[in-house]
Amino acid sequence: MSQQGFAEGRKGGRKDGRGVRLVGGTAVARDATAVRLDGVAIAFSLKGGERYVAVEGIDLGVMPGEFVAVVGPTGSGKSTLLNAAAGLLKPAAGQVAVFDAALTGLNGRAGYLFQADALMPWKTALDNVAVALEPQGVPRREALSRARDWLARVGLSAFVDRYPHMLSGGQRKRVALAQMLIRDPEILLMDEPFGPLDAQTRQIMGNLLLELWAANRKAVMFVTHDLEEAIALADRVIVLSAGPAARIVGAYPVPLPRPRDISEIRLEPLFHALYKEIWACLRVEVSRAYASGPA
Amino acid sequence: MNRLGLLALQILVGLAGFAVWHVLTVYPVLGAPKQIQFFFSTPVAVLARTWAEMTNPEIWGHLWITLQETVLAFVTGAAGGIAFGFLFARNALLAAVFDPYIKAANALPRVVLAPIFALWFGLGIWSKVALGFTLVFFIVFFNVYQGVREVSPVVLNNARMLGMNERGLLRHVYWPSALTWMFSSLHTAVGFALVGAVVGEYLGSSAGLGYKIHEAESVFDVTGVFAGMLILTVFVIVIDTVVTLIENRLLVWRPQASGGPG
Repeated sequence: MSQQGFAEGRKGGRKDGRGVRLVGGTAVARDATAVRLDGVAIAFSLKGGERYVAVEGIDLGVMPGEFVAVVGPTGSGKSTLLNAAAGLLKPAAGQVAVFDAALTGLNGRAGYLFQADALMPWKTALDNVAVALEPQGVPRREALSRARDWLARVGLSAFVDRYPHMLSGGQRKRVALAQMLIRDPEILLMDEPFGPLDAQTRQIMGNLLLELWAANRKAVMFVTHDLEEAIALADRVIVLSAGPAARIVGAYPVPLPRPRDISEIRLEPLFHALYKEIWACLRVEVSRAYASGPA
Repeated sequence: MNRLGLLALQILVGLAGFAVWHVLTVYPVLGAPKQIQFFFSTPVAVLARTWAEMTNPEIWGHLWITLQETVLAFVTGAAGGIAFGFLFARNALLAAVFDPYIKAANALPRVVLAPIFALWFGLGIWSKVALGFTLVFFIVFFNVYQGVREVSPVVLNNARMLGMNERGLLRHVYWPSALTWMFSSLHTAVGFALVGAVVGEYLGSSAGLGYKIHEAESVFDVTGVFAGMLILTVFVIVIDTVVTLIENRLLVWRPQASGGPG
C-alpha cells in the first residue's frame, strides 16, 4: 500500500506539470529523492525496560520540489518521522537516505521548523536569522545584510531589533521561517509549525510559506494534524495510522492548481472531494486513536 | 497608587519607625532614658554620628577596602563558578564523581573557615576575599550548572539543525543560557560577597566597615555600631542599584514581567 502510494505520489507530482525540477542536473540527481525513508521503524525504551514502537515499516520518499504533508491522529508518530528525516532520531530499523546517500548524523541538507518556539530568546530577530549563516562561514556583515533582506521578505522589516518575547506568535514563526530559509536548505522539514497560531494567522502563514516556496521550490515534509491545512498546502497527503507502531495507510495526490490561496482553495469542489476521500481514511484512525486511550 | 503616593508612604513608614525609636529612648516610657540609651542609643545621635562619619575622610578608606574585597570575591567566585559549572554540566562523569564533595563543601557553614583563612592569608584583604569566594562560588556554580543543563531542547535542536558545531552551540546557546541563570542570582551572589567581606573584617582585620563596627562594639559604643550598620546599609543599596543597572543592560532580551529562573 505504502509503496504504491509512493509511486502514485510521484505520478501526481509530475501531473501538475512542474518541469522546473526536471531541468538541469545529472541523470542521477534528477531521479534522486530528496529524502527517503526505507522500512523505517522508530522505538523508544520506556522506564522499566519496555519498548515503545512509535512507527514501523515506513516507506516514504519526497522528491526535490515536492510538497508532502503527513497527517495522522495524535500520537501517530508524525513528529518522530520528521525527526528521523532530520537525523535527530536514529531509526531502530530501516534506513534514511538523503539524495540517495545514507544519512549518518544530522541531516545537513535540511532545515527544520519546530512546533515550539525554537528561536534563541537572547538574540534579536536579526541576530537569530543572521546566526544561521555563521556555520557556513559567511562574514558577519554580509550575514546581517542578508538577514535583513530575509526579514523583509517575511514582512518583519520593522521588527528586526525586537527580541522574541516582544514578538507575537505569528511574528516569531516568521522569524523562524526566515532563519530556516536563509541557509537555503534543499529539504524543508516542518513539524506542525503553525499549530500554536490562531486560525487567521495560520492561513496568512500558510500563504506566506507557499509564496516563499513557489519562488524557490524545495522538497517539503510538512507534518500536521489539520487535514484542511495539509490539502491546501501539499502536492501529496500521507495518512499515518494510529499509534503505537503507526504505518502509512494512505497516500493521496492533490492535483489542485498552483498558485493557491489557502483561504480561497477551501471553497473549490475538488478540495471538498479530496477532503471527503482522505477524511474517510483518516477518521478510522482518529477514532482508533481515541478508543485506545484518553486524549 | 501612583509613584509619588507610594514614595510618600514608604517615607512615612521610615519616619514612624524613627519616631517610635525616638519616643522610647528619649522619654521615660520603658525606664530611665540614660539606661535605655546605653543599649539602644537614639535616632538623632545615630544620624548625627553617621553624618559625622560620612563627612570624615577616614570612612572612605574603610569603604574602599570593603568594596575591594567585595568586588574581588565576586569576580573570582563568579569566574570559578562559571568555569566549573560549565565543566561539570558538560561532563556527566566528572559531575557524578564530584557530586558528594560539592554537596559536602556547600553544606559547611563558611564562617568557620574565616579563622583558617586569616591564618593562611593574613589579616589583609585576601582572607576576606577567600571567605567571600567560598560563598559566591557555590551560588554561581549551581546556577551555571543548572543553566547549562536546562537549555531548552528545542532551542538546542534548532541550533544543531542550523549546522552549529560544539563551539557554536557553546557560544550561542549554552553560554547565554548559563549567563541568564547566573544573572538571576547576581543580587544574591553580590550580597554574599559583601557578607564574606564584612564577616571576615569583623572576625579579624585592621580596616573596612566590619572592622569599624567591631571597633565600636568592643567599647560598648552602641551609637557607633548603629551608625556603622546604617552606612553599611547605604553601601549595600548603592551596590545593589549598580547590579540592577548592569542586569537590565545585559538581560534586555528577557520579558519584564517574569523574574526569570531561580
